[in-house]
Amino acid sequence: MTLSDRKPILLDFEKPLVELDSRIAQIRELAEENDVDVSDQIQQLEARATQLRQEIFSSLTPSQRLQVARHPRRPSTLDYIQAISDEWIELHGDRSTGIDDLALVGGIARLDGRPVVMLGHQKGRDTKDNVRRNFGMASPGGYRKAMRLMNHANRFSMPIITFIDTPGAYAGVEAERLGQGEAIAYNLREMFRLEVPILCTVIGEGGSGGALGIGVGDRLMMFEHSVYTVASPEACAAILWKDASKAPQAAEALKITAADLKALGILDQILPEPIGGAHADPLKAAETLKQALLENLAELTRLSRSQLKELRYQKFRSIGMFTQLSA
Amino acid sequence: MSLFDWFANRRKSGSLSKERQEREIADGLWSKCPACGVLTYTKDLRTNQMVCPDCGHHLRIFADQRVQQLIDPGTWRPLDEDLCPVDPLKFRDRKAYQDRLRETQDKTGLRDAVQTGLGQLDRLPLGLGVMDFRFMGGSMGSVVGEKLTRLIERATRERLPVVIVCASGGARMQEGMLSLMQMAKISAALERHREAGLLYVPVLTHPTTGGVTASFAMLGDIIVAEPKATIGFAGRRVVEQTLREKLPDDFQTSEYLLTHGFVDTIVPRTQLKQTLAQLIRLHQPYPPSPAQASQFVHVPDHLPESLSVNSVRAD
Repeated sequence: MTLSDRKPILLDFEKPLVELDSRIAQIRELAEENDVDVSDQIQQLEARATQLRQEIFSSLTPSQRLQVARHPRRPSTLDYIQAISDEWIELHGDRSTGIDDLALVGGIARLDGRPVVMLGHQKGRDTKDNVRRNFGMASPGGYRKAMRLMNHANRFSMPIITFIDTPGAYAGVEAERLGQGEAIAYNLREMFRLEVPILCTVIGEGGSGGALGIGVGDRLMMFEHSVYTVASPEACAAILWKDASKAPQAAEALKITAADLKALGILDQILPEPIGGAHADPLKAAETLKQALLENLAELTRLSRSQLKELRYQKFRSIGMFTQLSA
Repeated sequence: MSLFDWFANRRKSGSLSKERQEREIADGLWSKCPACGVLTYTKDLRTNQMVCPDCGHHLRIFADQRVQQLIDPGTWRPLDEDLCPVDPLKFRDRKAYQDRLRETQDKTGLRDAVQTGLGQLDRLPLGLGVMDFRFMGGSMGSVVGEKLTRLIERATRERLPVVIVCASGGARMQEGMLSLMQMAKISAALERHREAGLLYVPVLTHPTTGGVTASFAMLGDIIVAEPKATIGFAGRRVVEQTLREKLPDDFQTSEYLLTHGFVDTIVPRTQLKQTLAQLIRLHQPYPPSPAQASQFVHVPDHLPESLSVNSVRAD
């Protein structure tokens, strides 16, 4: 997963950083040509660059965070699975629709010695791959494959680890014909029936019902710059503002960041990202993820099957805000 | 003279003068069918449960009318009527959510987009939830989620079947992720209801889309739909934009879902009550317990006239 040899993809708010970096390089070059020692100045400038990077990434607006969450180099489900598991075998197909959906992948892995089922939305690594994987937008076959694998995990007492990273469930004629609504609905209900620990992590974009379709668990975690939305800010802007260009306002209003969702009681844990986002240091992000998964798994493993189900029920039962006049 | 003869005569005699038509529509005396344009005497239309006697078009009805149509007079006990929405995100689009709520509440007299309660349908006790499209497109926020969850939990405790009449554009964006999570919350309650061996029948009416389709609308043991309702996950326009091609006319209709195996049966509104009663009776234990058996033989001479539901509003 070394990405350093590839040309970086820059987001607009990273521009001051790039300018600073190129200035450092310039000075270094000049100093070498003229044989002058500028290591002090360079050290100072580099410290400044690190500080600036930290400042920028700690104060991202929701729509900037959305850009980080959608970054083409952001580590994907398969990247994380390969980085955190001792071994892994991918399994295919839902045994009913007749197509293996590559936008939702899954299989059996060994995590710190323990067999687990891992599954998640899979975006493509480049344009060609993205076409094959439908940009991580799963079809009913994907959700049914996920359910098949989760039932498998339940049968063999393996914990379930899901990775959420999708703009949303696929909105196409074929997806509707095959029952997109039914496929997601079925998962929502059945995930409450399962008697093994379920850990869900939003690694990038959590797009609405398409995310929730593999998102019912005992713990919900999000990477720091991930987002989770009821509707994409673009769609929300088009519907409520009647103007798609108001997406940044919608992103702000919808409360989609990890910190916002923690405050609303929806999220259990925020996973810190390396400075510059998970794509700046994927292995470090994977290490954070692995530690969090192992810690949560250790806690959940102590619970009985019925306790696990009861607590999962209560966790979702308590979500919602309203007033009761007589109370 | 039957209604149909009346229509036949009316066609022969030509239409009412335009001016008189408009005046009488405004008075609410006559209603114009949005599908075929035929004018019907509003009282007759209501007797026919707001189904156009000419073309069979199902006009939109609201929760209180639906309750009146399905529940035996005098048996309706509404639940959690005092739950009110709040504005957890301090959401503001072109208008503040708080203002939008207040205006909608004033206009409709409703607190939020669902009514729930216990009652009897053809003497069969059940839990009933009815979504109301008037209230912000029947959208599902915290109150809708909480009321339906409480209804299902209550029905599980009292071992009752549940019927939910769906009419919704999906999750309510103004409550953000809290709305999305209601899908999971309601599905969890349905899992326990199901585990208890109880029957759940959603009735899909126009329109049932988005997060409602992707949760409780599609989780019925048996799924009933009204004719020609729009039912789908993604909105038709979204699908059209995704594909940049024109969609077949019947795409995402009740009939389309029936053909593709996602609803069990399409039932006209005028037969909905008897069909639901039939379904519930077919799921009662056999042989029937003495208490249930008495339902077949004991028919009261007089049905109570009074209704505890709100009076019907003329639309």
